[in-house]
Amino acid sequence: MRRASFHPHPVTRGVIGVLVGSFVLLPLLATLEFTLRDGDAHSLVHWAAIFDPAKAATYKPIWVGLSNSLVLMLVTIAVVLLLLAPTMILVNLRFPRLRRSMEFVALLPISIPAIVLVVGLTPIYLVIGRTLGTGAWTLAFAYGITVLPFAYRSIQAAIDAVNLATLAEAARSLGASWPTVVWRVLAPNLRGGLLAASLIAVAVVLGEYTIASLLNRQNLQTALVLVNKQDAYVSVIFSLLALLFCFLLLLIIGRTGNLGAARGKDR
Amino acid sequence: MTAAGTEAAVLAGPADGATPRPQVRLRLPPPAQLGLVPFGAYVVLFLVVPTVLAVATGFFDKAGRFTLDNVSALSDPVVVTTFWNSTWLSLLTAAVGALAGALVCYALLGVPAHHPTRSVIDALAGVLAQFGGVMLAFVFIAAMGRYSLLNVWLSGAGINIYAASNWLYELPGLIPPYIYFQIPLMVITFGPALDSLKPQWAEANLTLGGTRWTFWTRIGLPVLAPSFAASFLLLFANSFSAYATAAALASQGSQIVPLQVRAALTSETVLGRENLAGALALGMIAVMALVMTGYALIQRRAERWRR
Repeated sequence: MRRASFHPHPVTRGVIGVLVGSFVLLPLLATLEFTLRDGDAHSLVHWAAIFDPAKAATYKPIWVGLSNSLVLMLVTIAVVLLLLAPTMILVNLRFPRLRRSMEFVALLPISIPAIVLVVGLTPIYLVIGRTLGTGAWTLAFAYGITVLPFAYRSIQAAIDAVNLATLAEAARSLGASWPTVVWRVLAPNLRGGLLAASLIAVAVVLGEYTIASLLNRQNLQTALVLVNKQDAYVSVIFSLLALLFCFLLLLIIGRTGNLGAARGKDR
Repeated sequence: MTAAGTEAAVLAGPADGATPRPQVRLRLPPPAQLGLVPFGAYVVLFLVVPTVLAVATGFFDKAGRFTLDNVSALSDPVVVTTFWNSTWLSLLTAAVGALAGALVCYALLGVPAHHPTRSVIDALAGVLAQFGGVMLAFVFIAAMGRYSLLNVWLSGAGINIYAASNWLYELPGLIPPYIYFQIPLMVITFGPALDSLKPQWAEANLTLGGTRWTFWTRIGLPVLAPSFAASFLLLFANSFSAYATAAALASQGSQIVPLQVRAALTSETVLGRENLAGALALGMIAVMALVMTGYALIQRRAERWRR
């Protein structure tokens, strides 16, 4: 009891919770109210309009943007799982001395604003446009960089939680080839971290605007800004849905992480 | 771990694969260093080269000749004003965000790590701090704009918050949404620091006749001060480099540096100069490098209490 004497008084906790909580939640609720307007009354008319054929032409950019963003998510996840994760495994197993450098590189994008990166990406994407085409999926290469710090932290936490070298040696001494070791022994042991990294990639790609808009590619966010000029309601509705979706993703990451931690305690 | 690592390296034989020993070679993959090449090439191509290009283009004109003309634009009154705007906006929102966020962290003290309240707050903080962007601009237009419930009620009470100007779409309009994403970022970055407060310190304080007040003034706040300062710098860097929210709110004008970069990228010339985007990028990188170095130094000092 005494031990916890620096914990806040329940009343203090309540006051802070109500004050900051209302600053965070009231704008979201006011936004929800905005989407429910129907003249002076409230109804689901603007939500129903999403599938109204009469408005299909206006809303088309959103569906195009959304499908582009879905493709971008898949390619970005591929970059994380097929490029970043194997490299991290390799560094941790065979080049432990490079771990610090790897961390430095992976966290570097935090210090480089996306708007600065775009200035340098413009000439690179001119070349990419000529060789790989101007498809939206090519943005995934840039997104792989913006996801890097988040993905690195998730995967490294998973690597730190298991003894990679022992697992690899055990499998090797039983005659497994290196691809088998990585695919059937290491990856399953790291799946928590790999899942978290993939879900964060989804959240980052879903909310990305800076790079897409300045490189003239269409994704969900650029579409929302475009459509917002003709119909504010639909872009606000999609914003709320995307925020809710990201919230659920992060909740899943947090809860599965906790489950993993709890399981580790039992052992 | 180290021994195991060495053994793994030994298992793999000479990593450069210079001397072929047939039986061993058959079981071995190609030199392990080769495995670092794809990721290395990727990082060079999409992180290192763009950063270098962004900074270097400021030193060249359209014809590719070296020039200091663009960089000297950083002292142009217009550019100085936008840098100043970015700076005070970041200082203000980082200060408010840091204080409010620290209060939330304090309120969460004593809530168990796996409690659902924590999971919900962590997830909410993650979304609003990192993935909001354009969507937060829409939220604030809907929540505070001309047609919002708030404005309708205030107008009903005879208060017109948009009497002077349509400020939500101008520089002051960035303050509410920026604070809105700074508070959750503070919760994410400063929260772990509070976990370093040890119950034993509270016990020691108590045995020595201290009160809750002396615990915070003599122990808690001094221990947390470096972490707080580091988090504040991170918040500053965060709003200094934010683009999406501002771009969606202020569709015209270049009140802050990221928006001026947009203007320089989308129109050919700003202030009658080419490649101004590069010079602005250089300025931003300089500020970010300064702030993030400070962050790293203070963070190292703060680690002392964690272990």
